Amino acid sequence: MHELSIALGIVKIAEDETAKAKAKKVTKIELEIGNLAGVELASLNFVWESAIKDSVLEFANKEITIIKGLGKCIDCDVEFEMENIYDCCPKCGSNFKGILKGKELRVKAIEVI
Amino acid sequence: MCGTCGCGSENKGPAILKPGEEKHEHSHGEHIHEHSHEGHHHHKEGHSHTHDHSHDHNHKVLAIEQDILKNNQVLAARNSGYFEAKNIFALNLVSSPGSGKTSILERTLADLKAEIPFYVIEGDQQTMNDANRIDALNIPVVQINTGKGCHLESDMVYNAVKKLEIKNDSILMIENVGNLVCPSMFDLGESKRVVIISTTEGEDKPIKYPDMFHTSDICIINKIDLLPYVNIDVQKLKDYALKVNPNLQFFEVSATTGEGMEAWYEWLKENSLKPKVH
Repeated sequence: MHELSIALGIVKIAEDETAKAKAKKVTKIELEIGNLAGVELASLNFVWESAIKDSVLEFANKEITIIKGLGKCIDCDVEFEMENIYDCCPKCGSNFKGILKGKELRVKAIEVI
Repeated sequence: MCGTCGCGSENKGPAILKPGEEKHEHSHGEHIHEHSHEGHHHHKEGHSHTHDHSHDHNHKVLAIEQDILKNNQVLAARNSGYFEAKNIFALNLVSSPGSGKTSILERTLADLKAEIPFYVIEGDQQTMNDANRIDALNIPVVQINTGKGCHLESDMVYNAVKKLEIKNDSILMIENVGNLVCPSMFDLGESKRVVIISTTEGEDKPIKYPDMFHTSDICIINKIDLLPYVNIDVQKLKDYALKVNPNLQFFEVSATTGEGMEAWYEWLKENSLKPKVH
C-alpha cells in the first residue's frame, strides 16, 4: 500500500505551496500520473480521504490526468505506446527501450484561496 | 495521521534500533513524524478571527510541477553522496517474504566477513529477529521496524546509517521489507538494487510484479537445491525477467547448500569499491 505514502507526499506538497502562497486552502489539485508509474489509482482513491483529512486538501477537487506510456526502441529507434513496462518493440521485438513517457508522478498545479 | 504507516497515532513511527536497545528510545522516529503533522497544527492554529475573509472568491492557480516522491529522492541523493564519499558499496535487497534474503545475507556475511567489512540495515514491519540473526555473526546491524509500513524510505535509511557509524571502504547491506511491489518506487540511495526470487515462487513473478525487476540491477535466484522437487522452468523465469529488464544480471544460488554462492561473492568483491591503498 505505497499509495498512502504517495497520497501523503501530495498532501505535503500542497501544504508547503499553500503556506508559501499565504493562502488558506486548496480548492482544486491537478495530478499527472503515468500508467507505468506503479500507482494503482483505485488504491490511491481508497486512501485519499484519510490522507487529506484535516489538511489544506480536505475540500479540494482532485483531477488526475493519466499519461500513456511511450517507449523508444534502442535497437531500431521506433517509438511505440506502452501498456506494460515489459512491452517489447512492436517492430523488431527488442526488449531494450527507453521510457519517454508514463513514469510521471507529479503535482501539476493547485488552485488556492 | 502518520506518514509512514498510516496509523492514527503520532507516537508510532518507524523504530530504528540496534540489538538490545529498548523500543521507546527512538528519537529519530519522532523526527520522521514531524513533517506529516506540523502542517495540520499550523492549519488549526491559524483560525484566528482577525483575518479578512472577504477575498474568498479570489482563486489563484499555482503551477507546481513537482515530483510527488521528491522528498524521498532528495534524501536518497544525500545517502548516495555519503556512500560515495566514504567508499561504501550499498546494496538494497528486495524480494517477496520468504525468498531467502536473510539466509543469503547470513551466508554471505559468514563467508566474507574476514575479507570485507560489512554493515547491515534490516527492514521489517515488526520484530528484532533478523537483526539478532545478523548480530549473532558479530556484524554491526540496525533494525528498522516500519510498523504498518510496507517499504523502507530514504529518510529511515538516513537515520539508520547515522546510527551505524559506518567505516570507509565497506559494504552496506540494506534488507528491505519483504514485499515485491512497494519498495520498487523508493530509492534509498543504494549503489545497486538486488532482487531475490526463489524457485518455489513460480516463473512468471517477473511479469506479474514488473516494477521490482525493472528497477533492479541484479537478480539472485535462490533455493536451486530444491529444483528436483519444484515445478519451475528457470530459463523461462530468466526470459520473463529479461523482457522486463534486459540488463539484469543473474546468479543462481542455494543459501542452504552454498551452491553458486562463489559467483555472487566474486561479483561483490569486484564491484564493491576497492579500498584506496595509497
